[in-house]
Amino acid sequence: MPLDIKSSVEGTTGRLKLAGELDGASAPAVRTEVEKMLTNKLDRLVLLVEELSFMASAGLRIIIFAKQRQPQLKIYVVKPQEPIVETLKKTGFYDAVYVQDSEPGEAAAQ
Amino acid sequence: MMEPRIDYYPTHEYQGFKFRRGHTLPFGATVVPSGVNFSLFSSAATGCTLVLFRKHEEEPMVEIEFPQEFRIGDVYSMIVFDLDVEELEYGYRMDGPWNPSAGHRFDRTKVLCDPYARVVGGRDIWREEPDWEKRQHHRGRLAFNDFDWEHDRPLEIPTEDLVIYETHVRGFTAHPSSGVSAPGTYAGIREKIPYLKELGVNCIELLPIFEFDEWENSRKHPDTGEWLLNYWGYSTLGFFAPKAGFAATGRFGMQVDELKTLIKELHQAGIEVMLDVVFNHTAEGDHRGPVISYRGLDNKTYYILTPDGWYYNFSGCGNTLNCNHPVVRNMVLDCLRYWAAEYHVDGFRFDLASILGRDQNGAPLSNPPLLESLAYDPVLSKCKLIAEAWDAGGLYQVGSFPAYGRWAEWNGKYRDSTRKFLKGDTGHVGEIATRIQGSPDLYYYRGPTASVNFITCHDGFTLRDLFSYNYKHNEANGENNNDGSNDNESWNCGWEGESTDPAVNHMRAQMMKNAICLLMVSRGIPMLLMGDEFGRTQHGNNNAYCHDDELGWMDWALAQDNPELLRFTREMVRFRHQHPVLRSKSFFEHRDRVGSGYPDISFHGTQAYWPDFSPGSRCLAFRLDGAHAGSPDSSIYVAMNMYWDGLPYQLPPAGDGKSWKIAVNTSMPSPHDIYSTSEAPFLQDQSSAIVGPRSMMVLVADSQ
Repeated sequence: MPLDIKSSVEGTTGRLKLAGELDGASAPAVRTEVEKMLTNKLDRLVLLVEELSFMASAGLRIIIFAKQRQPQLKIYVVKPQEPIVETLKKTGFYDAVYVQDSEPGEAAAQ
Repeated sequence: MMEPRIDYYPTHEYQGFKFRRGHTLPFGATVVPSGVNFSLFSSAATGCTLVLFRKHEEEPMVEIEFPQEFRIGDVYSMIVFDLDVEELEYGYRMDGPWNPSAGHRFDRTKVLCDPYARVVGGRDIWREEPDWEKRQHHRGRLAFNDFDWEHDRPLEIPTEDLVIYETHVRGFTAHPSSGVSAPGTYAGIREKIPYLKELGVNCIELLPIFEFDEWENSRKHPDTGEWLLNYWGYSTLGFFAPKAGFAATGRFGMQVDELKTLIKELHQAGIEVMLDVVFNHTAEGDHRGPVISYRGLDNKTYYILTPDGWYYNFSGCGNTLNCNHPVVRNMVLDCLRYWAAEYHVDGFRFDLASILGRDQNGAPLSNPPLLESLAYDPVLSKCKLIAEAWDAGGLYQVGSFPAYGRWAEWNGKYRDSTRKFLKGDTGHVGEIATRIQGSPDLYYYRGPTASVNFITCHDGFTLRDLFSYNYKHNEANGENNNDGSNDNESWNCGWEGESTDPAVNHMRAQMMKNAICLLMVSRGIPMLLMGDEFGRTQHGNNNAYCHDDELGWMDWALAQDNPELLRFTREMVRFRHQHPVLRSKSFFEHRDRVGSGYPDISFHGTQAYWPDFSPGSRCLAFRLDGAHAGSPDSSIYVAMNMYWDGLPYQLPPAGDGKSWKIAVNTSMPSPHDIYSTSEAPFLQDQSSAIVGPRSMMVLVADSQ
């Protein structure tokens, strides 16, 4: 299933909506998009992944990449499906991001 | 802004792939700006070709021959640009002579795995049957060093304080009774960290986790049709790669992160991680075995060969790694440094380590360079190094392993003599007195922490089986019960195998408690085997290397069946942690060094100060003086009665105006078999105590 990527930046918040499968083949496009977003000074990166059914290691490494580029960046993973939550947990990424059911409010960026 | 480096521009192009000469070091595949550096050693090849694949695809996307000018010395190196590092797999084809009698086995038709591959693909999912038609099963992949360790580093727990728990990654949680969400994996162990913490162990020693092939020498049992696999994994494919099949996320290529997460969380719980490493042989076997890597890259360098090119077999597994060849020695060093630095591993236990002390002709060396290098290596300086100080070629070095003041050993003599003593054999009291002191006869110049004390380990009977079987029962291995040791020093307590006789089962439970108690009051490093704390059984199988099934797994339901033993073990481990007098880097001196009026250790028999070392004796007691502990501690008295009847033991004084409290009495039913310090009752008669038949009693001095 191809990956659909939609991105936007509002103020200091970057939003990336991913739908489909984030595998090794589609990861470079996501990374390019994240790189583009990180040219702005962001406080938070919101990954809207409700419709993302699969995330390979390449996808998880994009989270690390974003963290390395901007260590203060808060990364929110919104509405991940169960297999993605499990992978995040087992590989230790779960503690590096905020996993939640809805987009963070303005206060979360403080 | 820093200018882009000139050495990261391509100079060559082939079929659309851009490349240039690479860096000779480090060996392996390393991500560099805009590309990947590939570096490989071969002393006898005449040419080398890099073979690149997209992950899981059978046909390569390109094969790039190393231009001759890319070879420096015996090292081929190349940087290839613009590769998708997440989707990349690679291997090598080597040109060179096929001349087995001269030691050369080059074969250009084979694509070979990189000995330095940080990840090895091909067995990503445990027990998923491979496509046997595939030409090449194991390919290198890249690993990324971007794991967030936060403030973690190896724990450096003082060696004398360790309590090791030997376990198998899969076997620990594969059983459905484990109740974890990812059975049989690194993540599964992570869910059991609270259990380990409660048990009190502060080091887990993992059976091999370097990438291996569970399908190596796989077969079906002729009678049952069950698959018998290379379950234990003592057969390394890739020394730098973690076993993908042990990761719940191995199918996604995330085994590196999953293992690192486990180690980080174990460290947070105060538990060290020790790896059982196998450098004595590889998975390629002898001349009939598969060509995976070393054989095709540089057979003569990597293996110890006979003068006419056959494989020496000091490992019992077909080949012997040529560990004291300088190139192989460096590979071993690089490997261990990598695991210590990149995975924060706290120590290593070396399987059949005596092989590491053999020269290139197989003869034992008096000053083996590899062992010396490991002992003095700056990166490994705080790592625990433990040798299994024997090999399958007949070299037995317990007590004489070249240690350089650093190496500890699995003390096989502790295992053998404690087993004999515990089952009531006569003539062993003198040796037991030596073993419980940390075996000064073996390790006088190294100290008691050179002695890893164990009564059971993965190799042999479990503790429950040690007291349930007189003979091995390895029929399930499909080798007509010919495999496994016949020399077990076990005792079935009157009935071979499972029993419904309460008296037999009572005796077995008591014997297990005796063993755990003896282990925990002995100076040295105690090691427990996974599951012994609640009576795990392999039904008399003393060589369960091939059983990825209930025989090899830990049945957690036994914790409910045997809560008394589990409680006893936990309390006994806690007792050891509470009493520094039981743990020391130094041997006893059998004299009063601090003016307490008592020697650091004194031996006794049924009469105080009269130990009976005669050939017919089965009794021994000893008093440890708390004032000699180095930090404030109570004196402890331990009485061991392996005679079949209860005996009165005259007690030495508790000293310093104190009285004896009963901490442990293995002849009593739970909860009176072991007490916490605050609950322990004082002995009514402070001059003597009846020690029950085949039991142990431990007393602690305290103020009334």
